[in-house]
Amino acid sequence: MSENRTVVFKIMRQDSPDTAPYEEEFELDYRPNMNVISALMEIRRNPVNKQGKQTTPITWDMNCLEEVCGACSMVINGKPRQSCTALIDQLEQPIRLEPMRTFPVVRDLQVDRSRMFDSLKKVKAWIPIDGTYDLGPGPRMPERKRQWAYELSKCMTCGVCLEACPNVNSKSNFIGPAPLSQVRLFNAHPTGEMNKAERLDAIMGDGGLANCGNSQNCVQSCPKGIPLTTSIAALNRDTTFQAFKNFFGSDQV
Amino acid sequence: MAGNREFFYRRLHSLLGVIPVGLFLVQHLVVNHFATGGEESFNKASHFMESLPFRYVLETFVIFLPLLFHAIYGLYIAFTAKNNTSNYGFFRNWMFMLQRISGVVTLVFVTWHVWETRIAAAFGAEVNFDMMESILSNPFMLWFYIIGVISTTFHFANGLWSFFVSWGITVTPRSQLISTYVTLGVFIALSIVGVRAIIAFI
Repeated sequence: MSENRTVVFKIMRQDSPDTAPYEEEFELDYRPNMNVISALMEIRRNPVNKQGKQTTPITWDMNCLEEVCGACSMVINGKPRQSCTALIDQLEQPIRLEPMRTFPVVRDLQVDRSRMFDSLKKVKAWIPIDGTYDLGPGPRMPERKRQWAYELSKCMTCGVCLEACPNVNSKSNFIGPAPLSQVRLFNAHPTGEMNKAERLDAIMGDGGLANCGNSQNCVQSCPKGIPLTTSIAALNRDTTFQAFKNFFGSDQV
Repeated sequence: MAGNREFFYRRLHSLLGVIPVGLFLVQHLVVNHFATGGEESFNKASHFMESLPFRYVLETFVIFLPLLFHAIYGLYIAFTAKNNTSNYGFFRNWMFMLQRISGVVTLVFVTWHVWETRIAAAFGAEVNFDMMESILSNPFMLWFYIIGVISTTFHFANGLWSFFVSWGITVTPRSQLISTYVTLGVFIALSIVGVRAIIAFI
Protein backbone atom coordinates (compact mmCIF):
# COMPACT_ATOMS: atom_id res chain seq x y z
CA MET A 1 0.00 0.00 0.00
CA SER A 2 2.60 2.54 1.06
CA GLU A 3 5.65 0.71 -0.29
CA ASN A 4 6.92 3.55 -2.42
CA ARG A 5 6.10 6.41 -0.11
CA THR A 6 9.07 8.28 1.23
CA VAL A 7 9.68 11.06 3.70
CA VAL A 8 12.06 13.87 2.78
CA PHE A 9 13.98 15.83 5.42
CA LYS A 10 15.97 19.03 5.01
CA ILE A 11 18.16 19.25 8.06
CA MET A 12 20.34 22.15 9.12
CA ARG A 13 23.61 20.72 10.30
CA GLN A 14 26.57 22.24 12.04
CA ASP A 15 29.71 20.31 12.87
CA SER A 16 30.85 22.34 15.86
CA PRO A 17 29.78 25.47 17.76
CA ASP A 18 32.06 27.66 15.65
CA THR A 19 31.65 26.26 12.14
CA ALA A 20 29.15 27.42 9.55
CA PRO A 21 25.80 25.62 9.33
CA TYR A 22 24.87 23.76 6.14
CA GLU A 23 21.81 21.94 4.90
CA GLU A 24 21.66 18.23 4.17
CA GLU A 25 18.74 16.35 2.64
CA PHE A 26 17.62 12.87 3.57
CA GLU A 27 15.00 10.57 2.10
CA LEU A 28 13.58 7.74 4.16
CA ASP A 29 11.06 5.01 3.49
CA TYR A 30 7.72 5.86 5.03
CA ARG A 31 6.55 3.79 7.96
CA PRO A 32 3.21 4.26 9.69
CA ASN A 33 3.22 6.30 12.93
CA MET A 34 6.70 7.75 12.42
CA ASN A 35 7.73 10.79 14.39
CA VAL A 36 10.71 13.08 13.87
CA ILE A 37 12.78 11.21 16.46
CA SER A 38 12.16 7.80 14.94
CA ALA A 39 13.16 9.29 11.58
CA LEU A 40 16.36 10.72 13.07
CA MET A 41 17.06 7.30 14.59
CA GLU A 42 16.56 5.75 11.17
CA ILE A 43 19.12 8.16 9.72
CA ARG A 44 21.48 7.32 12.56
CA ARG A 45 21.14 3.63 11.72
CA ASN A 46 22.07 4.29 8.11
CA PRO A 47 23.61 7.76 7.70
CA VAL A 48 23.28 8.18 3.94
CA ASN A 49 21.95 11.42 2.51
CA LYS A 50 19.52 11.89 -0.38
CA GLN A 51 22.38 11.96 -2.89
CA GLY A 52 23.34 8.48 -1.66
CA LYS A 53 26.53 9.71 -0.02
CA GLN A 54 27.68 8.40 3.32
CA THR A 55 27.54 11.10 6.01
CA THR A 56 27.76 11.48 9.76
CA PRO A 57 24.75 10.65 11.94
CA ILE A 58 22.77 13.65 13.12
CA THR A 59 23.21 14.84 16.68
CA TRP A 60 20.15 15.81 18.73
CA ASP A 61 19.03 15.76 22.32
CA MET A 62 16.27 13.55 23.65
CA ASN A 63 15.25 11.93 26.85
CA CYS A 64 11.68 11.14 27.92
CA LEU A 65 10.06 10.74 24.45
CA GLU A 66 6.67 11.78 25.86
CA GLU A 67 6.84 15.60 25.81
CA VAL A 68 7.65 15.99 29.47
CA CYS A 69 11.40 16.63 29.62
CA GLY A 70 11.76 19.33 26.96
CA ALA A 71 15.15 18.10 25.77
CA CYS A 72 14.24 17.24 22.17
CA SER A 73 13.00 20.73 21.23
CA MET A 74 13.97 21.92 17.76
CA VAL A 75 12.55 24.10 14.99
CA ILE A 76 10.35 21.90 12.81
CA ASN A 77 8.98 23.52 9.64
CA GLY A 78 9.69 26.93 11.13
CA LYS A 79 8.04 26.30 14.51
CA PRO A 80 9.88 25.38 17.71
CA ARG A 81 8.42 22.24 19.29
CA GLN A 82 9.34 18.87 20.69
CA SER A 83 10.46 16.39 18.05
CA CYS A 84 9.05 13.43 20.00
CA THR A 85 5.47 14.59 19.49
CA ALA A 86 6.04 15.84 15.94
CA LEU A 87 4.24 13.13 13.96
CA ILE A 88 5.35 12.72 10.34
CA ASP A 89 1.75 12.22 9.19
CA GLN A 90 0.88 15.70 10.42
CA LEU A 91 3.85 17.51 8.89
CA GLU A 92 4.17 19.15 5.54
CA GLN A 93 7.00 17.79 3.40
CA PRO A 94 9.88 18.27 2.94
CA ILE A 95 10.25 18.43 6.70
CA ARG A 96 12.72 21.13 7.68
CA LEU A 97 14.61 20.62 10.91
CA GLU A 98 16.73 23.35 12.47
CA PRO A 99 18.24 23.88 15.90
CA MET A 100 16.75 26.56 18.18
CA ARG A 101 19.31 29.23 17.36
CA THR A 102 18.34 31.41 20.29
CA PHE A 103 20.62 29.05 22.20
CA PRO A 104 24.25 28.25 21.37
CA VAL A 105 24.35 25.33 18.93
CA VAL A 106 26.50 22.46 20.18
CA ARG A 107 26.24 20.32 17.08
CA ASP A 108 23.53 19.81 14.42
CA LEU A 109 20.20 19.99 16.24
CA GLN A 110 21.64 19.93 19.73
CA VAL A 111 21.66 23.23 21.62
CA ASP A 112 22.92 24.32 25.01
CA ARG A 113 19.98 25.46 27.18
CA SER A 114 22.17 26.34 30.18
CA ARG A 115 21.00 29.94 30.21
CA MET A 116 17.52 28.78 31.19
CA PHE A 117 18.82 26.83 34.16
CA ASP A 118 21.01 29.77 35.15
CA SER A 119 17.90 31.97 34.98
CA LEU A 120 16.03 29.63 37.32
CA LYS A 121 18.87 30.07 39.81
CA LYS A 122 18.82 33.82 39.32
CA VAL A 123 15.10 34.12 40.09
CA LYS A 124 15.35 31.63 42.99
CA ALA A 125 12.86 29.22 41.48
CA TRP A 126 12.69 26.99 44.54
CA ILE A 127 11.23 27.02 48.02
CA PRO A 128 13.75 27.22 50.87
CA ILE A 129 12.68 24.68 53.49
CA ASP A 130 15.95 23.88 55.19
CA GLY A 131 17.01 25.37 58.52
CA THR A 132 19.53 24.52 61.20
CA TYR A 133 16.62 22.95 63.07
CA ASP A 134 13.33 21.31 62.07
CA LEU A 135 11.18 24.14 60.74
CA GLY A 136 8.02 22.05 61.04
CA PRO A 137 5.25 21.78 58.46
CA GLY A 138 4.53 24.84 56.32
CA PRO A 139 1.10 26.41 55.81
CA ARG A 140 -1.36 24.35 53.80
CA MET A 141 -2.19 25.20 50.23
CA PRO A 142 -5.88 25.35 49.29
CA GLU A 143 -6.80 22.62 46.80
CA ARG A 144 -8.20 25.09 44.30
CA LYS A 145 -4.95 27.01 44.31
CA ARG A 146 -2.95 23.80 44.03
CA GLN A 147 -4.82 22.86 40.87
CA TRP A 148 -4.23 26.33 39.45
CA ALA A 149 -0.54 26.27 40.34
CA TYR A 150 -0.17 22.82 38.81
CA GLU A 151 -0.69 24.35 35.37
CA LEU A 152 2.30 26.63 35.93
CA SER A 153 4.39 23.74 37.23
CA LYS A 154 4.10 21.94 33.87
CA CYS A 155 6.99 24.03 32.51
CA MET A 156 9.75 21.70 31.31
CA THR A 157 12.32 24.41 30.52
CA CYS A 158 12.21 23.32 26.88
CA GLY A 159 13.11 26.76 25.52
CA VAL A 160 10.31 27.02 22.94
CA CYS A 161 9.00 30.28 24.44
CA LEU A 162 12.47 31.84 24.34
CA GLU A 163 12.91 30.76 20.73
CA ALA A 164 9.54 32.30 19.79
CA CYS A 165 10.12 35.57 21.66
CA PRO A 166 11.29 38.49 19.47
CA ASN A 167 12.92 40.12 22.49
CA VAL A 168 15.11 37.14 23.39
CA ASN A 169 18.08 37.49 21.05
CA SER A 170 21.75 38.30 20.89
CA LYS A 171 21.04 42.05 21.12
CA SER A 172 19.14 41.81 24.38
CA ASN A 173 19.68 40.15 27.75
CA PHE A 174 15.99 39.41 28.33
CA ILE A 175 15.59 36.41 30.61
CA GLY A 176 12.54 35.15 28.65
CA PRO A 177 9.03 34.02 29.62
CA ALA A 178 9.70 30.60 31.20
CA PRO A 179 11.70 31.67 34.28
CA LEU A 180 9.32 34.60 34.83
CA SER A 181 6.33 32.30 35.04
CA GLN A 182 8.25 30.19 37.57
CA VAL A 183 8.48 33.25 39.81
CA ARG A 184 4.70 33.43 39.78
CA LEU A 185 4.49 29.72 40.58
CA PHE A 186 6.83 29.87 43.57
CA ASN A 187 5.36 33.14 44.82
CA ALA A 188 1.93 31.49 44.80
CA HIS A 189 3.09 28.73 47.13
CA PRO A 190 2.27 29.48 50.80
CA THR A 191 5.84 28.72 51.91
CA GLY A 192 7.45 30.12 48.78
CA GLU A 193 5.54 33.35 49.33
CA MET A 194 7.83 34.07 52.28
CA ASN A 195 10.58 34.89 49.77
CA LYS A 196 8.29 36.69 47.33
CA ALA A 197 10.15 40.02 47.48
CA GLU A 198 13.51 38.39 46.73
CA ARG A 199 12.18 36.82 43.56
CA LEU A 200 10.43 40.01 42.47
CA ASP A 201 13.61 42.01 43.07
CA ALA A 202 15.50 39.49 40.95
CA ILE A 203 13.17 39.93 37.96
CA MET A 204 13.24 43.71 38.38
CA GLY A 205 16.96 43.62 37.61
CA ASP A 206 18.61 44.04 34.22
CA GLY A 207 17.26 41.77 31.52
CA GLY A 208 14.23 41.07 33.69
CA LEU A 209 10.48 41.31 33.43
CA ALA A 210 10.32 44.84 32.02
CA ASN A 211 11.98 43.68 28.78
CA CYS A 212 8.78 41.92 27.74
CA GLY A 213 7.35 43.61 24.64
CA ASN A 214 3.96 41.84 24.73
CA SER A 215 4.27 40.08 21.40
CA GLN A 216 2.60 37.14 23.16
CA ASN A 217 4.30 34.58 20.92
CA CYS A 218 5.25 32.63 24.04
CA VAL A 219 1.73 31.78 25.11
CA GLN A 220 0.84 30.80 21.54
CA SER A 221 3.88 28.54 21.25
CA CYS A 222 4.08 26.89 24.68
CA PRO A 223 3.60 23.12 24.16
CA LYS A 224 2.21 22.80 27.69
CA GLY A 225 -0.34 25.59 27.29
CA ILE A 226 1.07 27.52 30.25
CA PRO A 227 -0.61 30.95 30.55
CA LEU A 228 2.75 32.72 30.19
CA THR A 229 1.38 36.14 29.28
CA THR A 230 -1.04 36.03 32.18
CA SER A 231 1.93 35.24 34.42
CA ILE A 232 3.87 38.16 32.97
CA ALA A 233 0.95 40.57 33.43
CA ALA A 234 0.37 39.31 36.98
CA LEU A 235 4.07 39.84 37.74
CA ASN A 236 3.84 43.30 36.20
CA ARG A 237 1.24 44.09 38.82
CA ASP A 238 3.29 42.51 41.64
CA THR A 239 6.43 44.40 40.62
CA THR A 240 4.49 47.66 40.41
CA PHE A 241 3.59 47.25 44.08
CA GLN A 242 7.07 45.97 44.91
CA ALA A 243 8.67 49.02 43.28
CA PHE A 244 6.46 51.31 45.37
CA LYS A 245 7.33 49.36 48.52
CA ASN A 246 11.03 49.48 47.72
CA PHE A 247 11.05 53.20 47.08
CA PHE A 248 8.51 54.56 49.55
CA GLY A 249 9.04 51.90 52.17
CA SER A 250 6.72 49.30 53.64
CA ASP A 251 6.49 47.06 56.70
CA GLN A 252 5.24 44.25 54.47
CA VAL A 253 8.55 42.64 53.61
CA MET B 1 17.42 52.19 42.24
CA ALA B 2 20.89 51.54 40.83
CA GLY B 3 20.32 47.80 40.67
CA ASN B 4 17.19 47.96 38.59
CA ARG B 5 17.75 50.90 36.30
CA GLU B 6 16.38 49.05 33.31
CA PHE B 7 13.12 48.28 35.11
CA PHE B 8 12.81 51.94 36.04
CA TYR B 9 13.57 53.18 32.51
CA ARG B 10 11.13 50.75 30.90
CA ARG B 11 8.35 51.67 33.27
CA LEU B 12 9.12 55.37 32.83
CA HIS B 13 9.03 54.87 29.07
CA SER B 14 5.63 53.21 29.32
CA LEU B 15 4.26 55.88 31.66
CA LEU B 16 5.54 58.88 29.70
CA GLY B 17 4.03 57.51 26.48
CA VAL B 18 0.58 57.89 28.02
CA ILE B 19 1.14 60.62 30.60
CA PRO B 20 1.92 63.26 29.47
CA VAL B 21 2.79 62.56 25.80
CA GLY B 22 -0.39 60.63 24.99
CA LEU B 23 -2.60 63.15 26.71
CA PHE B 24 -0.85 65.97 24.89
CA LEU B 25 -1.45 64.16 21.60
CA VAL B 26 -5.18 63.91 22.29
CA GLN B 27 -5.33 67.57 23.27
CA HIS B 28 -3.34 68.58 20.17
CA LEU B 29 -5.59 66.63 17.81
CA VAL B 30 -8.69 68.07 19.46
CA VAL B 31 -7.38 71.63 19.10
CA ASN B 32 -6.51 70.93 15.43
CA HIS B 33 -10.06 69.78 14.93
CA PHE B 34 -11.18 73.40 15.36
CA ALA B 35 -9.97 73.78 11.76
CA THR B 36 -13.12 72.01 10.62
CA GLY B 37 -15.00 75.06 11.93
CA GLY B 38 -13.10 77.35 9.60
CA GLU B 39 -10.00 79.54 9.67
CA GLU B 40 -11.15 81.86 12.42
CA SER B 41 -12.18 79.08 14.75
CA PHE B 42 -8.77 77.36 14.37
CA ASN B 43 -6.78 80.56 14.83
CA LYS B 44 -8.75 81.37 17.97
CA ALA B 45 -8.08 77.93 19.45
CA SER B 46 -4.40 77.89 18.56
CA HIS B 47 -3.98 81.43 19.87
CA PHE B 48 -5.56 80.32 23.15
CA MET B 49 -3.06 77.46 23.43
CA GLU B 50 -0.17 79.80 22.58
CA SER B 51 -1.14 82.24 25.26
CA LEU B 52 -1.44 79.71 28.07
CA PRO B 53 0.48 80.91 31.12
CA PHE B 54 3.87 79.30 31.83
CA ARG B 55 4.01 78.27 28.19
CA TYR B 56 7.72 77.40 28.14
CA VAL B 57 7.50 75.41 31.37
CA LEU B 58 4.53 73.47 30.01
CA GLU B 59 6.21 72.88 26.67
CA THR B 60 9.43 71.71 28.29
CA PHE B 61 8.05 69.42 30.97
CA VAL B 62 4.82 68.23 29.39
CA ILE B 63 6.04 67.88 25.81
CA PHE B 64 9.72 68.11 24.96
CA LEU B 65 11.53 66.28 27.75
CA PRO B 66 9.06 63.37 28.07
CA LEU B 67 8.85 63.09 24.28
CA LEU B 68 12.63 63.12 23.94
CA PHE B 69 13.09 60.36 26.52
CA HIS B 70 10.26 58.29 25.04
CA ALA B 71 11.68 58.68 21.52
CA ILE B 72 15.31 57.91 22.31
CA TYR B 73 14.65 55.00 24.65
CA GLY B 74 11.96 53.77 22.26
CA LEU B 75 14.46 53.64 19.40
CA TYR B 76 16.73 51.53 21.57
CA ILE B 77 13.83 49.18 22.36
CA ALA B 78 12.77 48.98 18.72
CA PHE B 79 16.24 48.02 17.56
CA THR B 80 16.82 45.37 20.21
CA ALA B 81 13.86 43.36 18.90
CA LYS B 82 14.28 40.66 16.30
CA ASN B 83 10.95 40.64 14.52
CA ASN B 84 9.68 37.24 13.49
CA THR B 85 6.19 37.68 12.08
CA SER B 86 7.01 35.41 9.14
CA ASN B 87 7.23 32.39 11.43
CA TYR B 88 4.84 33.58 14.12
CA GLY B 89 2.00 35.38 12.36
CA PHE B 90 -0.08 35.92 15.48
CA PHE B 91 -2.13 39.09 15.84
CA ARG B 92 -0.20 40.36 18.86
CA ASN B 93 3.14 39.66 17.21
CA TRP B 94 2.05 41.81 14.27
CA MET B 95 1.01 44.53 16.69
CA PHE B 96 4.41 44.17 18.37
CA MET B 97 6.17 44.80 15.05
CA LEU B 98 3.78 47.56 13.94
CA GLN B 99 4.29 49.28 17.29
CA ARG B 100 8.02 49.49 16.54
CA ILE B 101 7.56 50.52 12.91
CA SER B 102 4.92 53.13 13.75
CA GLY B 103 7.19 54.42 16.53
CA VAL B 104 9.99 55.12 14.06
CA VAL B 105 7.59 56.61 11.46
CA THR B 106 6.06 58.79 14.16
CA LEU B 107 9.48 59.97 15.28
CA VAL B 108 10.39 61.00 11.73
CA PHE B 109 7.04 62.71 11.30
CA VAL B 110 7.07 64.49 14.66
CA THR B 111 10.66 65.67 14.20
CA TRP B 112 9.79 67.19 10.84
CA HIS B 113 6.52 68.60 12.15
CA VAL B 114 8.23 70.27 15.15
CA TRP B 115 10.91 71.67 12.89
CA GLU B 116 8.36 73.06 10.47
CA THR B 117 6.05 74.60 13.07
CA ARG B 118 7.41 75.08 16.58
CA ILE B 119 11.06 75.69 15.63
CA ALA B 120 9.92 77.90 12.77
CA ALA B 121 7.80 79.81 15.28
CA ALA B 122 10.86 80.28 17.49
CA PHE B 123 12.52 81.94 14.50
CA GLY B 124 9.60 84.26 14.01
CA ALA B 125 7.13 82.42 11.80
CA GLU B 126 3.51 82.64 12.82
CA VAL B 127 1.72 79.36 13.43
CA ASN B 128 -1.79 79.71 12.11
CA PHE B 129 -4.29 78.38 9.61
CA ASP B 130 -2.42 79.93 6.67
CA MET B 131 0.81 78.20 7.66
CA MET B 132 -0.82 74.78 7.69
CA GLU B 133 -2.74 75.55 4.52
CA SER B 134 0.47 76.34 2.68
CA ILE B 135 2.25 73.25 4.03
CA LEU B 136 -0.60 70.95 3.11
CA SER B 137 -1.10 72.44 -0.35
CA ASN B 138 1.81 70.26 -1.40
CA PRO B 139 0.33 66.80 -2.16
CA PHE B 140 3.45 65.05 -0.88
CA MET B 141 3.27 66.85 2.44
CA LEU B 142 -0.45 66.13 2.63
CA TRP B 143 0.18 62.38 2.44
CA PHE B 144 3.16 62.70 4.74
CA TYR B 145 0.90 64.33 7.32
CA ILE B 146 -1.94 61.83 6.88
CA ILE B 147 0.42 58.86 7.23
CA GLY B 148 2.23 60.56 10.09
CA VAL B 149 -0.95 61.26 12.03
CA ILE B 150 -2.37 57.76 11.52
CA SER B 151 0.96 56.24 12.55
CA THR B 152 0.94 58.42 15.67
CA THR B 153 -2.61 57.51 16.66
CA PHE B 154 -1.88 53.82 16.08
CA HIS B 155 1.27 54.01 18.18
CA PHE B 156 -0.64 55.73 20.95
CA ALA B 157 -3.65 53.39 20.91
CA ASN B 158 -1.59 50.21 20.76
CA GLY B 159 0.81 51.64 23.31
CA LEU B 160 -2.14 52.24 25.59
CA TRP B 161 -2.95 48.53 25.31
CA SER B 162 0.56 47.52 26.35
CA PHE B 163 0.59 50.23 29.03
CA PHE B 164 -2.34 48.43 30.69
CA VAL B 165 -0.41 45.15 30.53
CA SER B 166 2.94 46.59 31.60
CA TRP B 167 1.50 48.12 34.74
CA GLY B 168 -0.43 44.98 35.60
CA ILE B 169 -3.88 46.50 35.07
CA THR B 170 -5.12 44.01 32.46
CA VAL B 171 -3.95 40.59 33.62
CA THR B 172 -6.48 38.04 32.34
CA PRO B 173 -6.66 37.17 28.63
CA ARG B 174 -10.28 38.34 28.63
CA SER B 175 -9.46 41.79 29.99
CA GLN B 176 -6.62 42.03 27.47
CA LEU B 177 -9.01 41.13 24.65
CA ILE B 178 -11.55 43.74 25.70
CA SER B 179 -8.70 46.21 26.03
CA THR B 180 -7.75 45.38 22.42
CA TYR B 181 -11.24 46.38 21.25
CA VAL B 182 -11.28 49.53 23.40
CA THR B 183 -7.87 50.70 22.17
CA LEU B 184 -8.91 49.86 18.60
CA GLY B 185 -11.81 52.24 19.16
CA VAL B 186 -9.38 54.87 20.47
CA PHE B 187 -7.26 54.41 17.33
CA ILE B 188 -10.22 54.82 14.97
CA ALA B 189 -11.70 57.77 16.83
CA LEU B 190 -8.41 59.68 17.07
CA SER B 191 -7.56 58.92 13.44
CA ILE B 192 -10.88 60.40 12.34
CA VAL B 193 -10.29 63.51 14.47
CA GLY B 194 -6.72 63.87 13.18
CA VAL B 195 -7.41 63.29 9.48
CA ARG B 196 -10.53 65.48 9.47
CA ALA B 197 -8.40 68.34 10.78
CA ILE B 198 -5.78 67.83 8.06
CA ILE B 199 -8.43 67.76 5.36
CA ALA B 200 -9.97 70.93 6.76
CA PHE B 201 -6.78 72.80 5.83
CA ILE B 202 -7.06 72.05 2.11
